Amino acid sequence: MRCVWNNDLLIDVNGETLLLDACGAAFSAAHSTLIFSDLHFEKGSSYARGRQFLPPYDTTNTLLRMARAVARHNPARIIALGDSFHDRDAADRLGPEERGMLDALAAGAQFVWIAGNHDPHPPAWLGGDITEIFRMGGLTFRHEPLAAFEPGEVAGHLHPCASVAKWGRSVRRRCFVSDGLRMILPSFGAYTGGLDVGEAAIASLFAGPFHAYMLGNSRVYAIPRRVAV
Amino acid sequence: MLPPEFLQWFASRGWQPRAHQLALLDHAARGESVLLVAPTGGGKTLAGFLPTLIDLAGRHAFKLSASRAGRSRKSSLHTLYISPLKALAVDVARNLDAPIAEMNLAVMVETRTGDTSAARRQRQRHTPPDILLTTPEQLGLLLAHPRAPQMFENLKTVVLDELHALANSKRGDLLALGLARLSTLAPGHRRVGLSATVKDPAPLQRFLMPQPMEGEALSAIVIAKGGAKPRIEISASDSYVPWAGHLARHAMLDVMAAIHDAKTALIFVNTRSQAERTFQELWAVNDSNLPIALHHGSLAIEQRRKVEAAMARGALRAVVCTSTLDLGIDWGAVDKVICIGAPKGAARLVQRIGRANHRLDEPSAALLVPANRFEVLECHAARDAVLAGELDGERQKAGGLDVLAQHVLGTACAAPFDATALFMEVRSASPYAHLTREDFDAVVEFVATGGYALRRYDRYARLRKNDQGRYRLAHPRLAQEYRLNAGVIVEDPMVEIRLQSKGRPAGAGGRKLGELEEYFIEQLSPGDTFVFAGDVLRFEGLRETGAFVTKTSDPNAQIPSYNGGKFPLSTFLAQRVREMVSAPEGWHKLPEPVQEWLKIQEWRSVIPKPGQLLVETFPRGNRHYLVCYPFEGRLAHQTLGMLLTRRLERGRYHPLGFVANEYALAVWAAKDMSSEKDGGNANMDALFDEDMLGDDLDNWLAESNLYKRTFRNCAIIAGLIQRRFPGKEKSSRQVTFSSDLIYDVLREHEPDHVLLRATYQDAGTGLLDIARLGDMLARVKKRIVTRRLDRVSPLAVPALLEISREMVAGAVDEAILHENEDALIRDAMRVE
Repeated sequence: MRCVWNNDLLIDVNGETLLLDACGAAFSAAHSTLIFSDLHFEKGSSYARGRQFLPPYDTTNTLLRMARAVARHNPARIIALGDSFHDRDAADRLGPEERGMLDALAAGAQFVWIAGNHDPHPPAWLGGDITEIFRMGGLTFRHEPLAAFEPGEVAGHLHPCASVAKWGRSVRRRCFVSDGLRMILPSFGAYTGGLDVGEAAIASLFAGPFHAYMLGNSRVYAIPRRVAV
Repeated sequence: MLPPEFLQWFASRGWQPRAHQLALLDHAARGESVLLVAPTGGGKTLAGFLPTLIDLAGRHAFKLSASRAGRSRKSSLHTLYISPLKALAVDVARNLDAPIAEMNLAVMVETRTGDTSAARRQRQRHTPPDILLTTPEQLGLLLAHPRAPQMFENLKTVVLDELHALANSKRGDLLALGLARLSTLAPGHRRVGLSATVKDPAPLQRFLMPQPMEGEALSAIVIAKGGAKPRIEISASDSYVPWAGHLARHAMLDVMAAIHDAKTALIFVNTRSQAERTFQELWAVNDSNLPIALHHGSLAIEQRRKVEAAMARGALRAVVCTSTLDLGIDWGAVDKVICIGAPKGAARLVQRIGRANHRLDEPSAALLVPANRFEVLECHAARDAVLAGELDGERQKAGGLDVLAQHVLGTACAAPFDATALFMEVRSASPYAHLTREDFDAVVEFVATGGYALRRYDRYARLRKNDQGRYRLAHPRLAQEYRLNAGVIVEDPMVEIRLQSKGRPAGAGGRKLGELEEYFIEQLSPGDTFVFAGDVLRFEGLRETGAFVTKTSDPNAQIPSYNGGKFPLSTFLAQRVREMVSAPEGWHKLPEPVQEWLKIQEWRSVIPKPGQLLVETFPRGNRHYLVCYPFEGRLAHQTLGMLLTRRLERGRYHPLGFVANEYALAVWAAKDMSSEKDGGNANMDALFDEDMLGDDLDNWLAESNLYKRTFRNCAIIAGLIQRRFPGKEKSSRQVTFSSDLIYDVLREHEPDHVLLRATYQDAGTGLLDIARLGDMLARVKKRIVTRRLDRVSPLAVPALLEISREMVAGAVDEAILHENEDALIRDAMRVE
């Protein structure tokens, strides 16, 4: 998995400027805040409990990519937008190295852990704030987007993906979704799958036209909804 | 040799026992395993079962007297019959009924397939029939049961039908491991392999025998006398032979005439999309409304069964089909086989021709219909080979580690196992004769805990060691999961095609037409049209429940490239086609336009000598082209194309794209890829050097979609990804994590993991044909002939007309073939 800092895209959400990093994180320079969503730490070991042995490197992989993004943007605050842990015991299954990596991230920035449906009660030892909703300037951060429209809402939960097809081939990637008033972040966890932006769960959140900001290898591509399949 | 009641039975039918049937009895009497190689219609199946029937008839007489003495007969399995198709097993059961009923033998024959009721399966374990007919998958399941030792302890014979179609595949690996298990449970049982004619029977003879630790063991072999030589015609026109394409539209009237002349015809094509198009084209000229049907693997199963039933009733005059009907039950009425497009291999052609006329002494009749110029060459090469009795050899692959993983888990489901004993047993299976202990241990560790260097999953282990140091199943639920997920046939994720009425929103209602690969559907945009189930359909949208389509009358459907049943041109046939091109003295046999094409090629460029690889370069438009002609099949050419463009990119030639077909590869670039000096030979030697199979290959593999699909298949077979869970039977589309993501993480963090090794091994012979590419590069070393031309050559035209293409990553350029076909051909064939 690559994450090259290059040609990042700037968009406005409810008057706040956000930089969309090709690794799938968003950065607010004005608030020195880096935002990740749906980290799903220990998804691999969660499956291992059901005796499906996915490679036990997903948490390390996710943390490494987070660390690279943090090094690029040097934020004062890191928001994890919910479902940071794949299940309620996931935090207890972190290995010592992974905890070390997490501590190192927490040492350099103030963490805001937003509770998700997979992790309604993130453990207190994580440090930082644990909350359901966090407000910052014109933005409101929560895990699951409200069905009712609230300007400035930034949420995760849905793991949006988009596809574009051309020349008899199609490319499917994770994406940010925004209409300039609210935004859904892509999932950041190594093993997290995705939901197509055309599905009602995502499309119905936007009254008018919106963009899928698809993650390329080194840059983000703005794709209008009508082009994305 | 035959007991009186059998002699009488033969006589009552007006038959003479055939020599090979008696030879098999002879081997049986000596307790020897034997391979019978015989053409279709040779009484092969009866030959395999005669020794069993005779033995059971004799035992029956003995048992009758024993039971009179007051002992009851204990039922035990005498003969196990394995076929690649369950339909074949059912058909054979029916065919055995006649001799058993007519000789009044007390022999119980049963089948066991996925359709067998749970009650009957249960009963079969405790009270097995004398003869059980089943498939490799069902054998695996039987062996994974704790009662397997009792069920098989008295087994005398295993009959393996259509062995050539099973061996040297993952299903063959599964079967070989099952046989190795049977050797332990029923030592001394003998095996009978039944096979169509093959080039080299030795691998099949090995397959039948438990292999010793040193050296190798071969079974006996009986080769039946060949039948009448087939009559093979090649449809050809001296006025028009298309340059490219695979549809043979120009020949549909010829095909229709052939159908008229036959009682019943089977029309074979190579892909499902070709089947669809051919079916449409035929109906367009079917003025007398002959009953012609369509049969391929994407159609709804009910629809296929209907076609098969109509065929059995004799209600059809022709069926357009893919390899789904290569094997299967005998339809007596079929008296003509029509093969449209490239035959791909001599053995495949023999198999298909054998579907017509099941009487040994009469010639089968076949019509080959080439769809383009290269296919004309291929059809001639294939006919020559078949008539000369020469066949394709097959590269023997080593047993898959993913299949082994499945077998290890299955073995633990039956009973705790000792690792060393199981290793010895597995090594006795011929595909695994060279398995190392390291690989075996890695597979066991993979099954137990995932086999990761980071030992995080020990506490969730599937296998644990018991007091005697044997591996046992950690939880009984695992046996249930094993049964749900066993098997080595991995389907691509499929999407249901649902037909809805026009004007309704996508996703509303819809009758199921069949299924298509997800990756095909994903590349459609709403409004795109394609042909499926005999209709032109408009794609409306993809929803959770399927792909929704409406009917359209637009005759210009986009042709789908859905891939089902695409085989590469066999190495053997490729060799013969190359020889044919290199030998101008034989060209007179070819149709006029093909001769002219080759002659102008000779005059304008060069005809490569045997063993040489011709590489041409020429400018066209504002592009520079490089076209080479390895004749190694599209898969190997695609891999070669990816590797060449990487290398050209490094050489700053700015490659823009490439196209590959079965015979040639064309690359185009912004810069001239030949050099002025020495006609560019040194350049090409370096460009085609074998060392491209090193780092470049590895780097490309990491990104390749085909490779990721190979990984997914291995992961599913090995049990890393489960297809189904007890209680909730998920379709493969709903797997909650993506195998691509797992692949990326595993490759980054543990590149030597056993599953990645299994994937690499698989890719060598499977989707990517790397092994074949390697052989080709070695063969042409220092034998590359380069021609710098001022314009396109005749031989290059088909490749340039080929639509399928892979774009060079990072240099996406849609301007590929704006020019029209006529201008291209005019330039190529201009002789001034």
